[in-house]
Amino acid sequence: MSLRDEEGPYFGDFGGRFVPESLVAALDELSAAYTEARKDPAFASELTELHRTYTGRPSIITEVPRFAEHAGGARIILKREDLNHTGSHKINNVLGQALLTRRIGKTRVIAETGAGQHGVATATAAALFGLDCVVYMGEVDTERQALNVARMRLLGAEVIPVTAGSRTLKDAINEAMRDWVTNVEHTNYIFGTVAGPHPFPAMVRDFQKIIGEEARAQVLSLTGELPDVVAACVGGGSNAIGIFHAFLDDPSVALYGFEAAGEGIDTPRHSATIGMGRPGVLHGARSLMLQDEDGQTRDSHSISAGLDYPGVGPEHAWLADIHRATYRSVTDAEAMHALRLLSRTEGIIPAIESAHALAGALTLGRERGPESTILVSLSGRGDKDMETAAAYFDLLDGEIAP
Amino acid sequence: MSSAVEQVIRTRRDAGSGALIGYLPVGFPSLEVSIDAACAIVENGVDILELGLPYSDPVMDGPVIQAATVRARENGFRLRDGFTAVREIQQRVDAPVLVMTYWNPVMQYGVGRFADDLLAAGGAGLITPDLIPDEGAEWLAESDRTGLDRVFLAAPSSTDERLRQAVASSRGFVYTVSTMGVTGTRNDIDDAAQKLVSRLRNVGAEYACVGLGISTGQHVSEILSYADGAIVGSALVRALADGGVSAVADVAASLAAGASV
Repeated sequence: MSLRDEEGPYFGDFGGRFVPESLVAALDELSAAYTEARKDPAFASELTELHRTYTGRPSIITEVPRFAEHAGGARIILKREDLNHTGSHKINNVLGQALLTRRIGKTRVIAETGAGQHGVATATAAALFGLDCVVYMGEVDTERQALNVARMRLLGAEVIPVTAGSRTLKDAINEAMRDWVTNVEHTNYIFGTVAGPHPFPAMVRDFQKIIGEEARAQVLSLTGELPDVVAACVGGGSNAIGIFHAFLDDPSVALYGFEAAGEGIDTPRHSATIGMGRPGVLHGARSLMLQDEDGQTRDSHSISAGLDYPGVGPEHAWLADIHRATYRSVTDAEAMHALRLLSRTEGIIPAIESAHALAGALTLGRERGPESTILVSLSGRGDKDMETAAAYFDLLDGEIAP
Repeated sequence: MSSAVEQVIRTRRDAGSGALIGYLPVGFPSLEVSIDAACAIVENGVDILELGLPYSDPVMDGPVIQAATVRARENGFRLRDGFTAVREIQQRVDAPVLVMTYWNPVMQYGVGRFADDLLAAGGAGLITPDLIPDEGAEWLAESDRTGLDRVFLAAPSSTDERLRQAVASSRGFVYTVSTMGVTGTRNDIDDAAQKLVSRLRNVGAEYACVGLGISTGQHVSEILSYADGAIVGSALVRALADGGVSAVADVAASLAAGASV
């Protein structure tokens, strides 16, 4: 059976719905609406048209030979999701879910956000569709991604800093779930990644798989062959599953996901969920997660807010389990090195999230040699990360805030 | 044979009222005080205890209970403290103790081992806010093996088919969610609660207890006019946070006045 055909609720042992009963009706409604929409050619054509005229799809691919000189001479090709409207792959999913929201007649959307990319994309779609929008964001993230907070507010969204727990993405998701339980009658939850209860992992994957479908054809057209390796960063895992999915049934293509090793996987400060986690239930799905002996979720860490998440989508846990994809981790320092290298060799400033995939590609290139071709998901642009980069590389004159 | 929880509810119902079910988290503000507080609310009229196990990601909890469970975890709460609390409370007062827990801690402990240890401690069963019967095969089997109660939730948004499943799967009672939302005190109890209890009765519920938003003796009295039990959490936790064991005992007594015959 084709690996591409998995539709949940379970991927192997992972997935399902571990949610309060109050949410089941909303999840069923969403599943039914999505099943209907998939069969409706009008839905697909409206989404395709939006992507053409609003997102800027198809996104291009860019070969980066000067960067690749540092990767053992392997060919490196970037899939440029950073060029999408709003600056990352998140818009692919959000437009799909916003269309669904309209279809089920709800007038308010909520979202969680870590780096702010999904929040910005949701605020954008809400503005476009005339929906009320509330974005939950951990207080720590509102501080390190202040510009994205301003963007969301400018777009008309309400941004609520979440002060519970570790005050990062995982707590933003909890708060969004609580809002949804309370306001489900008129509110749709636009979930940003391939985690969460069914149908989110399969639905978000379906809205993101356009990344790999385009890239597969583009690489074939450029090189005449499939790439040897596809690489992507993995937080919750939506850009990774998006670029992996088209290649799942191509056995010659190795798939590599790069998690955030933060300060090192031998320290407690990392987000390497697949590498270091155990099976458990978090945010409505059974998957791998970082947790202590008692099953309390452990705080994760990454210099990149978008990867700072102690869970991961169930389809990734499954792909790791069946050894179809390999997951490694990249430290803060390695990612920041790759970020600066791509900036200086190719004039492309990547998001710190995407820089994890670039750092991974540098190693993979050296391992596989000059005959290999590596396709990398450049999931977002680095504009939002300038404060972090400026502090990290000491780029500004005078005092900068710590 | 009916469970201890069912017997208590039946006795209270036969007397013309219903059961008062009181929630407190283990380990707040400390393990010792949480045990004292639980015993104190039983001594002041609570019929059944619902002991919450503090958890890092409590999606069904509002701000009052979140603040308490965060503090319990900061003070070093460990899962095993839950069994200690159940055991000590059982030795001191006569009321069935249900444990309220999110699912991941049980899964990590091992469902069968958790059931064995809860039974050994004298616990009556589990209330599982984020485990729906659809995902509960292992717990259904282990609770059947041990005879522990299993309390699943029913919500105003649940279809009749799902209510039927909640009734068929539950033992002890069905936790009837009074309103769409999370835990926390509210001024008025939603009409949705009464409607949901009547829908549950239509699909065969023997014991339906209502929770979420109940904070006064007046609320308790209203709820017990149509339901088999009233579940109070945040109002008790707030009293414990603000005024300690004596304050929570007073609140329990005023709630119990609403459950008097």
